[in-house]
Amino acid sequence: MASESVRLRAGGAVVRRQFASRASRYLFLGATLLGVSILGFLAYDTVDTGASRLSLDFLTNYPSRFAEKAGLRPAIFGTLWLMLITIVSSIPIAIGTAIWIEEFAPRNRLLTIVKINLANLAGVPSIIYGILGLTIFVRFAGMDRSLLAGGFTLALMIIPMTVIASQEAIRQVPPSLRDGAVALGATRWQAVRHNVLPNAIPGIMTGTILSISRAVGETAALLMIGGFTFIRFDPGPNLTDFADPAGFWAGLEESFTVVPIQIYAWSIDSRREFQANAAAAIIVMMAGVMALNLLAAVIRERFRRN
Amino acid sequence: MTVSDPGNMNEALRKRQFSRPGESVILFILTLCAAVSLVTTLLIVGVLVRESATFFEQVSFKEFFLETEWQPLFEPISFGIWELVAGTLLVTFWALVIAVPIGLAAAVYLSEYAHPNTRKVLKPILEALAGVPTVVYAYFALTFVTQDLLRPAFGADQVNVFNALSASIMLAVMILPTIASISEDAMANVPRDLREAAYGLGATRLEVTIRVVFPAALSGIIAAILLAIARVVGETMIVAIAAGSTPQLTVNPFEGVQTMTGFMLQVGLGDAARGTVDYQALFAVGMMLFLITLAFNVAAHFFVGRYREEYE
Repeated sequence: MASESVRLRAGGAVVRRQFASRASRYLFLGATLLGVSILGFLAYDTVDTGASRLSLDFLTNYPSRFAEKAGLRPAIFGTLWLMLITIVSSIPIAIGTAIWIEEFAPRNRLLTIVKINLANLAGVPSIIYGILGLTIFVRFAGMDRSLLAGGFTLALMIIPMTVIASQEAIRQVPPSLRDGAVALGATRWQAVRHNVLPNAIPGIMTGTILSISRAVGETAALLMIGGFTFIRFDPGPNLTDFADPAGFWAGLEESFTVVPIQIYAWSIDSRREFQANAAAAIIVMMAGVMALNLLAAVIRERFRRN
Repeated sequence: MTVSDPGNMNEALRKRQFSRPGESVILFILTLCAAVSLVTTLLIVGVLVRESATFFEQVSFKEFFLETEWQPLFEPISFGIWELVAGTLLVTFWALVIAVPIGLAAAVYLSEYAHPNTRKVLKPILEALAGVPTVVYAYFALTFVTQDLLRPAFGADQVNVFNALSASIMLAVMILPTIASISEDAMANVPRDLREAAYGLGATRLEVTIRVVFPAALSGIIAAILLAIARVVGETMIVAIAAGSTPQLTVNPFEGVQTMTGFMLQVGLGDAARGTVDYQALFAVGMMLFLITLAFNVAAHFFVGRYREEYE
């Protein structure tokens, strides 16, 4: 009896407000779990549909009219060569741009324009890069629908986001390192080369790898420059071409297809059995994308511990 | 005025820069690198303007903006952009209807309700959705969403094989992390004092969220939604595969539509001969797309800047 008289009891409106607040937690949690579970569900559905088609033959066969015989071989060669061209042509330019912005650029309006321009370029739809590549590389430079044209197009596409990630990494380097080098008489470039860059490299690599993983899955831009072709050979230079520069170059001028384009081709095929091929190809591509993301995460963690 | 500011370092080191000849060569190379992105923009604008100009020599502005029929390939040929714009609007509308409530609710949960450890686990998983190539989402829109979800649920006679809604659903999944993650950042940046003051006055968590945190983070939330719109409008694969290639003015999401990007891909795949009007239409539509996404991106950056100014 006595204890009941001192128990505080909220009544009326307060009860309703507290109930609404407690209930809202589950509503918001539900929305979050919905988003998270989509990822799990998509993974399950893909594996469920595509796992039975996965085999060594699937990786080493050429495309075919028969779903069971069709494979990813030219697409895998195409993707690997394309990524090599993209990496070689974009990474030095992107890192150079980031170093210029963070360490060398005069603090004036030109720098502001460069920065705003990069932010906007990062938001340009990939299909616009596709028609840029089609006009500049395929038509104007006469590269035709080649690996080189595709690689350069993807390079232009990923430079903005690689620059932005590299800038972030360079900014994380403590200024004292640069100041110390400069105080000891180093030139600007010496300070950057020996003190700033070695400390920024892990961050730059993380950002770069994530950009590459975007390029691996890019489809629209490559379809625009003509990557939608039926190919029954291995795109790119062959092993014997490595000793011969002319042959190597000719290999880079071959037409190509890539894994995401093969996924597109199998997805839109009206024959249902090709859907399993598309799902299996998605498993292969996502394995690659996830490996790249994991690599980026590992490098980031290593760096953080030091 | 410390040496650590590179701007001042420039002055301090001006003389030393020239004491080593290699130094100016390196500066020159780095400047060239930075010029690449400026040249890229100039090339994009140059290509779009030049080829669209040729297009508009053959097709009048009046036809492009006032006709409602988009029929570049068959007689009677007609270039009225609105059917493509309407297709884009329809898929964007439904994508936002789905993604904005879920994305904001997830942002609220992660920022206001979740334990920091829960947040640390859930946020990266949600953000992983942004790393999935869009051709994968396109495959799901056509197979799972259309075949296993929409057609059984609403009837195969109601839902076209190619329909706007399936594209919208996967576009919503695609932009969910953009909306959730950027909004969450904005909410987490709302100063603690504001929340404490409201709690002190007896507000519940829900009231603090809706009446204090949400308005304070509004600029950031608007920026997130604008960025998401820019991504949806510019996305090609999902709409090209799942929404079909029939340009039409409709508000029925169960019907197929063609978007601006969908048309551009169709021309790209169709190998249209250079110099023909439908090849140049690619660039006119590309110009529209470029301007629309640019407008949304610029607006988003404006709002991001505003919310930083208010609280930092």
